[in-house]
Amino acid sequence: MLDVRLYLAQRITALVMAPLVIGHLAVMIYAVQGGLSGAEILSRTQGSVVWALFYGAFVLAAAIHAAIGIRSIAYEVAGVKGLALNVVSLGFGVLLLVMGLRAVAAVVLP
Amino acid sequence: MASDETIDVEIWQGDAGGGDYRAYTVPAQRSQTVLDVVTWVQQNVEPDLTYRFACRVGMCGSCAMNVNGKPRWTCRTHVSNAGDGPLRIAPLRNLPVIKDLVCDMTEFFDKWVGAGGVFKPSATRDDPMPAIDPTMTERAAASEAIECINCAICYSACDAVAQNDAYFGPAALNRSWSLINDVRDAGKTERLTAAAGIGGCFNCHSQQGCASHCPNLLNPTLSIAGLKRAAVKAKVRGEI
Repeated sequence: MLDVRLYLAQRITALVMAPLVIGHLAVMIYAVQGGLSGAEILSRTQGSVVWALFYGAFVLAAAIHAAIGIRSIAYEVAGVKGLALNVVSLGFGVLLLVMGLRAVAAVVLP
Repeated sequence: MASDETIDVEIWQGDAGGGDYRAYTVPAQRSQTVLDVVTWVQQNVEPDLTYRFACRVGMCGSCAMNVNGKPRWTCRTHVSNAGDGPLRIAPLRNLPVIKDLVCDMTEFFDKWVGAGGVFKPSATRDDPMPAIDPTMTERAAASEAIECINCAICYSACDAVAQNDAYFGPAALNRSWSLINDVRDAGKTERLTAAAGIGGCFNCHSQQGCASHCPNLLNPTLSIAGLKRAAVKAKVRGEI
């Protein structure tokens, strides 16, 4: 059910996410400690290529990583197999990707 | 009722269609094994009780059963070490039951072959015998994995096998790892291709049920971790 391609994709996306999660938490704590308002945060993120790349990469990695995890759970716990397994895991990944990219777009598009 | 002179035992009997435990009281003896108990029941009370055994000394791997919820080699498991309360003996988990305590081992050995468990020689009988340095890394890794007796205890203990019928399981992948570390073997590419495939090593969750229950104290999880590294390297290098 998991072959070497999916295994590698899950491990590589975990590697990508690790520093991004730390960066996300650090920024979150900084923003709260500094008492930034929503408008002040948006003024920093809107039009920023750096934040678009930061959270865009985060969303892409999370969508791939979680979809592979869901694939294992669906197969082993729920007994989903064959085409249905591909539909469930791919569908979950696309759902996360669309929702995540919409959220990124909402904060980085001017 | 058990006393110092007797043992209460429940033995599962049935077939693929279902079954249930039946209770017996068996005379206690010194150094009595679980296999001794099953044999006493078969010889004295239940002549059609079906079970497997051969060597009785932990060499052949045929007498594995589920004893008080754990897969054990019954010929080397003393009743005194089998746990508290009445003995409960059942067939191994994760394999189809043929009758009573006998499982159908076909899928176990089919997967063993599917994972690349058959040695592929790199030389003929006319070639000189290769010298194997006992201190080399590959030989040390192979030595850690080669004492498998194919009792299927690890296969029965593995939750990944229980949830994933395509998964080769610990014994087959442990065998594959021992051959990958055999410098005489010519089948490494096929073996790594199988290990990297859908039934292969990447389905292992490293829960180590195999290592906890292996009667020969092998660590198939370690072998599978080795296979994961080797398969990833081979994939990155484009060898598989």
